[in-house]
Amino acid sequence: MQNKKNLTNFVEAIKLAIFQSLKKDKKFFLMGEGVNDPSSMWGTIKGVAEKFGKKRIIEMPISENGLIGAAIGSAINGTRVLVNLQRVEFSLYAFEQIINNAAKSCYISRGKHSVPIVIRLVVGRGWGQGPEHAQSFENIFSSIPGLKVVIPAFPNEAKDLLVSSIFDKNPVIFIEHRWLHFSEGKIDKNFKIKTLKTFNKILDGKDITIVANSINILEAYRVAKILKEFNISVDLLNLCVPNPLNCSELFKSIKKTKNIIIVDLGHKLLGLGSEIIAQIFENNIKLKSAPIRLGLPFHPTPSSLGLIKNYYPDGPSLLNAINKTLNLNKNKFQNILKKYKKNKKKMPIDVPDPYFKGPF
Amino acid sequence: MNKIKFLNLYKKSYLIRCVENLISENYSKNKMRCPIHLSIGQEVCATGLISFLNKKDKLYSNHRCHAHYLAKGGNLDAMLSEIHGKKNGCVGGVGGSMHLQDLNVNLVASIPIVSSAIALATGSALNQKRSNSKNITVVYIGDAALEEGIFHECANFCSLHKLPILFVCENNLFSVYTNILERQIDTNLTKYAKAFSIKNDEIDGNKIDQVILYSQKAINYVKSGKGPYFIQMNTYRFKEHCGPSNDDHLKYRKTSEINLWKNKDPITYFRKFLLKKNYFSSEQLNKEDLKIEKKVKNAFKKAEKSPYPNNKEARKFVYAE
Repeated sequence: MQNKKNLTNFVEAIKLAIFQSLKKDKKFFLMGEGVNDPSSMWGTIKGVAEKFGKKRIIEMPISENGLIGAAIGSAINGTRVLVNLQRVEFSLYAFEQIINNAAKSCYISRGKHSVPIVIRLVVGRGWGQGPEHAQSFENIFSSIPGLKVVIPAFPNEAKDLLVSSIFDKNPVIFIEHRWLHFSEGKIDKNFKIKTLKTFNKILDGKDITIVANSINILEAYRVAKILKEFNISVDLLNLCVPNPLNCSELFKSIKKTKNIIIVDLGHKLLGLGSEIIAQIFENNIKLKSAPIRLGLPFHPTPSSLGLIKNYYPDGPSLLNAINKTLNLNKNKFQNILKKYKKNKKKMPIDVPDPYFKGPF
Repeated sequence: MNKIKFLNLYKKSYLIRCVENLISENYSKNKMRCPIHLSIGQEVCATGLISFLNKKDKLYSNHRCHAHYLAKGGNLDAMLSEIHGKKNGCVGGVGGSMHLQDLNVNLVASIPIVSSAIALATGSALNQKRSNSKNITVVYIGDAALEEGIFHECANFCSLHKLPILFVCENNLFSVYTNILERQIDTNLTKYAKAFSIKNDEIDGNKIDQVILYSQKAINYVKSGKGPYFIQMNTYRFKEHCGPSNDDHLKYRKTSEINLWKNKDPITYFRKFLLKKNYFSSEQLNKEDLKIEKKVKNAFKKAEKSPYPNNKEARKFVYAE
């Protein structure tokens, strides 16, 4: 089949993945709260119910542990299931089923059972989402053997990773940032199942390795593009499948650049960056400068615009980290900062930056 | 039901009693190195219902799973090896006593966290409904399972979608050491089924004739596609919650209550029932008992002699390939 590359947005990419998967596997079904409501998960499942009917699209009572457990039970008995939740936090109700049954059924049954389920969880940010609507928990999910964790950033990744997650034999926690829904990019519309790999190389560079994921990689991408104009090249890695974690591609990168910055989506303390840097030290990989982690400070996400200042890692905090790592000439760094500020439109920090729209 | 069917049912019930007694007697040898929850006193709740299922009907159990496993026809050697942590255990030694499963007879999973299996059973019944299967799903729970939110979440969904699922609630009155009346407003658990418009019965789970009668009724109802069913079987565990011994000296259960239930021993009742019906003589039953005892003793010897799994196995099957 010919490679058809079309410009589309993240929402359409997710929808395409779901439509294609429903067509491919006639037993596969989708469940969620408000599956056929006017919002339809910000449009990501719009039209699915009309097209495939109630047997394929099941309305889920507001009973996350029971119904995610039922989805796991269905998967154990040979049916792929996609569960959609509007915020990551609702999955907390279902940790018992996710951690006891989804993650361990294959192990306990010595491979006789598998749990091909995907749980789509949306991370909120901005417009005062506050303490219980803006968490991501990728570090918690990634600490459980038996689960896979998938975090797409670009529209092409959204489609490929969702299709590949649905057709993976293992339970996948699919963490989707709300702000990414606006991003545009070229995607390959062909149905393709790929192996889930820890890192997706976004940019090839030799001076510094930056690891980020989800919304943070878009900011890192912007910064890297600016640095390029100043002759600094970034090896940019998207940590899109942190569980199971295989750092070999990252090790290759830092053996080349000898510098590393990791941006966590969640809290910096005990975030994915902590584990990755520990592994770098355990493997005795020599760095030219101390590794730097960025991430959320160790307090819940406040709602007020006045309180979220400096809460999220952003372009300037990433540039400061890069400056510290590479020990840049003072003038050069000031010029880079100026360039960044010119590039970034002045916007309140609680709404998505227009840059995130892409296209990528 | 003919007398041969009754005899088979009796033999299965006695097999469970015998296995559990031998686990209890041998536990102090420290060869079974995992927590055990014995089914002594609750055998007939399992056999009287599960014997009327087809092999393809799916069964889900909990931490006290020995009786359910054996009643469904689970492999005895694989069970005893599992409890001994041996290589040929039903799940290769990774699960122990609380995770018995035998997919050959569709004992799909035993999940030791209270109520957890209800959700898996709901998913199983959902699949059966979606694929127009003739088979049903049965899940065994205890009285404390009704205190978990997940029961109510699943009961609502099962009733809403008329799923082919049978909830069997063995009410043995205690959650570990705590009486049901310290945890719930009364001992009638069918009220929760009624709340979701689920057909239900409350019966004496120690009386084989009652268990058979109501189980057949419930199974037929669920198989007819009319939706879920809930049976409360009142029963009593004779041993401690977890472990091989009696714990009557702890006095959390009244002596009068213990005596009342021991006088209602389900195996003794079953024997009397068969004698009263003149199906078999006492001698005939004794002969069957001896055969079973011998079989179980041999199975124990085999399990004890079986090798441990290779340590490398512990790393396998974290992910499905």
